Amino acid sequence: MYGTGLRPLSIATVVLIAAALSLTFFYAPLDADQGFVQKIFYLHVPLAIVALLGFVAGGAFAIAHLRSGDRKWDAYSYVAIHMSVIFGVAVLVTGGIWAKASWGHWWVWDEPTLVSFLIVFLMYATYYPFRYAIEDRDRQARYASVFAITAGAFVPLNFMAVRMAESLVHPRTFATAEGGLPGEMMFTFLVSLAAMALLWVTLVKLELTAKSASGQLKRLRRALDAPAPGGSSRVAPEVS
Amino acid sequence: MTPSRKAFVAILAKDLRSELRTLQSLPAMALFAVTTFVIFRFGLDRTSLSGDLAAGVLWATLLFAAILGINRLFVAEREEGGFDAIRLAPIDRTALFAAKASALLVYLLVLELIVVPVFALFFLDSAAGLAPLAAVLVLADLGLAATGTLISSMAVHSRARDLLGPLVLLPLSVPLTIAAAGASEPLLALGGPGYDGFGGWLAVLALYDLIFLLVGYAVFDFLLED
Amino acid sequence: MDLLPIGAPALPLDEAGKYVAGAYVVFLVLLLVYVAIMAVKLQRIERELRELATFAEARANAEEAAPQEEVSAP
Repeated sequence: MYGTGLRPLSIATVVLIAAALSLTFFYAPLDADQGFVQKIFYLHVPLAIVALLGFVAGGAFAIAHLRSGDRKWDAYSYVAIHMSVIFGVAVLVTGGIWAKASWGHWWVWDEPTLVSFLIVFLMYATYYPFRYAIEDRDRQARYASVFAITAGAFVPLNFMAVRMAESLVHPRTFATAEGGLPGEMMFTFLVSLAAMALLWVTLVKLELTAKSASGQLKRLRRALDAPAPGGSSRVAPEVS
Repeated sequence: MTPSRKAFVAILAKDLRSELRTLQSLPAMALFAVTTFVIFRFGLDRTSLSGDLAAGVLWATLLFAAILGINRLFVAEREEGGFDAIRLAPIDRTALFAAKASALLVYLLVLELIVVPVFALFFLDSAAGLAPLAAVLVLADLGLAATGTLISSMAVHSRARDLLGPLVLLPLSVPLTIAAAGASEPLLALGGPGYDGFGGWLAVLALYDLIFLLVGYAVFDFLLED
Repeated sequence: MDLLPIGAPALPLDEAGKYVAGAYVVFLVLLLVYVAIMAVKLQRIERELRELATFAEARANAEEAAPQEEVSAP
């Protein structure tokens, strides 16, 4: 049952997001160099970290799928990647806004984390055309898992390569999260990170519950020998 | 020789033989690359290149030619029913991966043997950087062979097989291109080959190769289960 | 936080506020769009369940009626 635990999870998510927002605007000190614009950091960076962890989770679920043959892992992998791609859109847009506010351009190539993220996003964006071009259900699930594993291995390699490319040409013009954050900022950041992580988990669970409900419907329909609904035949992975 | 090594050699021999026999995509890809150089000459409005521009033009062209060629190889194989015949044989699937990747590696090396001298002829003032460049080429080809085999083996079973292979391979090859171009840029500098960061870039390339060879080795079994 | 002050100086508060608000608005909008999509899915599930319930009831009624007919027909 996918829906169990969804209510406490959502409540916890709401509470944490409220806490994170409050801390961001009422508790965290104003940054000396960047000013108020730095507040975007508490939104953009947690989203990015959670999206990346989500992609890695998608790869882990894919490994479980290949090893066990149980299709539910394929559904988990698909939803994890799907959610991370959506979070990825938010990362890129908020990153652009931050860049515009900090440097006057909507996009910059100097920020290696943002550039790496773009490349990772482009990689995972190919997941959908790849998946849906394979017609046989079983094969589609298997190949999607191979993709998820390959792409998961790609993520750290990509970050490393981009970082090396940037450091040889431009010094980092602007340090993001790592190291040297004063206590209040670090605390706010960690709460924001937890809030985004919980949001991701809640939305993934929500999506899986919806898929499961559709799957049960199909099952019921088959058991009753009822005629098929007027909707289109769905190609997305099912949960039953 | 263990059965899987025998199988590996047999498949490798068959692949190389079939490529030599057909010789279809290799000249076409070489031609594609050379024509692309001409386009760059006019697109950039330059008659000689060095440093970052040289590395960029060379690697962009090689990457696109390789990706298109890889796709062609696998599609041709599928059309000839090669995949089915091999699937029926009771051999270790990973030997199949190794054989295909090796055939692809040889293909890419031969392609570069033709294309890189032409590049030097068209754009470079001195061929001094070419010898160390060979090391970069070999390592990059290994990476392309691993990812190319992995992705194309899946893409050929899809509806949009001509599009899907290149579509997925391109972003996957970005770290490889970053490292290869990064290593090549000082090698092709105006004043003669330089080696800034050379070791570091080669290490990244080697890591890329290692990781994707391992991934291919681990998952190839699941690709052929039918 | 160790920032190298290479780059534009900090924006004045009123301008900066717009960018920060913009970023949070983007996040909120994406979240709400997702909720809307989920709502549509839920609607579809409800509609199909209703159809199936009607269908099942109709069939149950038909089965109830049929044995009676067999008994009454000689």
